[in-house]
Amino acid sequence: MKKGYFGDFGGQFVAELLIPPLRELEHALKTIVPSPEFQAEFTALLKDYVGRKSPLTLCPSLSKELGFNLWLKREDLNHTGSHKINNTLGQALLTKYMGKPALLTETGAGMNGVATATAARALDLDCIVFMGATDVARQSHNVRRMQLLGAEIVPVQNGTKTLKDAINEALRYWIAEQRTHHYCFGTAAGPHPFPTLVREFQAVVGREAREQMLEKTGELPYAVVACVGGGSNAIGAFHAFVPDAGVRLIGVEAAGTGEKGCFNSAPLNLGSPGVLHGQMTMLLQDDDGQILPSHSVAAGLDYPGVGPEHAHLHASGRATYGTVNDAQALNAFMRLTRAEGIMPALESSHAVAWVLENRDQIPRGANVIVNLSGRGDKDMDIIEESLGSLLGQQGSKG
Amino acid sequence: MTTSSQTSRLTDRICAANKAGRKALIPFLPGGFPDRESFWTHLAALDAGGADIIEVGVPFSDPCADGPVVEKASIQALEMGTTLKWLLEGLRERAGQYQAELVLMGYLNPFLQYGFEKLADDAVAAGVSGFIIPDLPLDEDAPYRAILQGRGMSLVPLVGLNTDLERMQAYAAVSTGYVYVVSVLGTTGARESFPAELADALARARKAFDLPIALGFGIKEPAQLAVFGDTIDAVIFGSALITHVREKGSVDAFMARWA
Repeated sequence: MKKGYFGDFGGQFVAELLIPPLRELEHALKTIVPSPEFQAEFTALLKDYVGRKSPLTLCPSLSKELGFNLWLKREDLNHTGSHKINNTLGQALLTKYMGKPALLTETGAGMNGVATATAARALDLDCIVFMGATDVARQSHNVRRMQLLGAEIVPVQNGTKTLKDAINEALRYWIAEQRTHHYCFGTAAGPHPFPTLVREFQAVVGREAREQMLEKTGELPYAVVACVGGGSNAIGAFHAFVPDAGVRLIGVEAAGTGEKGCFNSAPLNLGSPGVLHGQMTMLLQDDDGQILPSHSVAAGLDYPGVGPEHAHLHASGRATYGTVNDAQALNAFMRLTRAEGIMPALESSHAVAWVLENRDQIPRGANVIVNLSGRGDKDMDIIEESLGSLLGQQGSKG
Repeated sequence: MTTSSQTSRLTDRICAANKAGRKALIPFLPGGFPDRESFWTHLAALDAGGADIIEVGVPFSDPCADGPVVEKASIQALEMGTTLKWLLEGLRERAGQYQAELVLMGYLNPFLQYGFEKLADDAVAAGVSGFIIPDLPLDEDAPYRAILQGRGMSLVPLVGLNTDLERMQAYAAVSTGYVYVVSVLGTTGARESFPAELADALARARKAFDLPIALGFGIKEPAQLAVFGDTIDAVIFGSALITHVREKGSVDAFMARWA
């Protein structure tokens, strides 16, 4: 297979000026990451700083109702509240080993920005975060967290002023500052070697979940379900299970409002192949190859592309990808919150919602793992706004 | 020429300018900018004003190797309804009208969605001599280069301050037309001065390539060129021209400064 490809997807579609830092990173991925010193230091950080391993929690109440066992891989319990920290600590540590003093990154909802700013503090690196001006306005809480952590925030005024434009600007900045800055790419997407590098650091999720499932039930799960924006939590959850042919891998994309023709974040289901941000992948685009705006109530899924390995798993059929709309995700948020006392991020709520909406496809007594990629308190404003009426209705049943 | 059995019209054009004792002039203008009608007027004025080669930009929603001036112009052109199809049809209708050679410069995705073989056929019919695709580096370009060169067009390589000699030689082994040397480690846009490493990069390019060297990114006025002497053969200017057009300056006046 061609270098940096997953089947027909992936590659390195970047300006020539970015080839040297990508080559440097490829070399670091091959030589530094597998070294015992790096692995020992990374494992210690995951254990003592992030709080790994994260639990695999059975949902007793929902499981009883559904007729099968719903397990949650609790990435929401990580330091900073999501799976993002696994990747940012890995890349920050790699940055130290590469001898660079600073990180740059992009963020949409702000979770990757917070996780990167945190990793920068933990490992004494400078940090600059590019964030679409629209996202800066709607995620002000995370902006303040990043500022408290000492990161410099650059609001991006170009294009749609959201995540894709933040990535454009981060790539531009990296061209100019490649000698001092490592681009801590936030998801398992972008030019090679980022999709592989990020998967490497997120694969701990699936490795732990597989062991935990075997320990608790003595068997492999019927299915592993995860939400997919760029797809880092999903590829992390799936990776250890890919060789287990009997385990269904189910990614869940955001369908937006779900109306026909609405803006969505479901390029695997509703998009077509193309090149954006250094990768050949599935994209939301018009007939002329211009990238379309995306939408999801979950800002962390709001991206018009998807990591190339998911495009490949989709094309090969090893994983399947469903969709969940905003209302279904909000409903799942409430169901999990009320039934189990666990408040999922709106991103993770999409994965929970897929299970609730597709319960008829799952055999009685099966074990289903949902990767609960993040916690929901970051979404309070959106949830209160969107669920105002629903809260009133469900309050009496609660 | 070690790089190709065919002689490129782009190479010939730059060499002819050099024989006449001047640097070849290569303006860049986004297709459909500032609006679809004015674009054709400006293109004709660039041609009449002495451009040797004109790089016509194909606007893309996410031009991540470009600075703010080109990005804004691209978005404006898209909002004016510019498409690759419209641009190619307009060029085909005017084929043969221009003295200058034409190069299409754009990101890969719009070209892919058009269908790359069809694009190459239609570009030939439109009188296009080559392409510049900033997000298509050597490692990915083989199938596309073959399609373009098979029809007598060039895929112009971009190299920069951080491109080593070996890499330049790898480009040189397959490239035709000219080599685009990016003057700064950065994106497009006018700058006051050039970095010290540029002289080394130009020397490496001269050693690696038999092709003419065109310098681009950050160039806004002829006085900036004196320092380069014979180390460059052509000069590319984009952001400065866009800014000039945006400020309602005439293209004739802009080109007159360079003549």
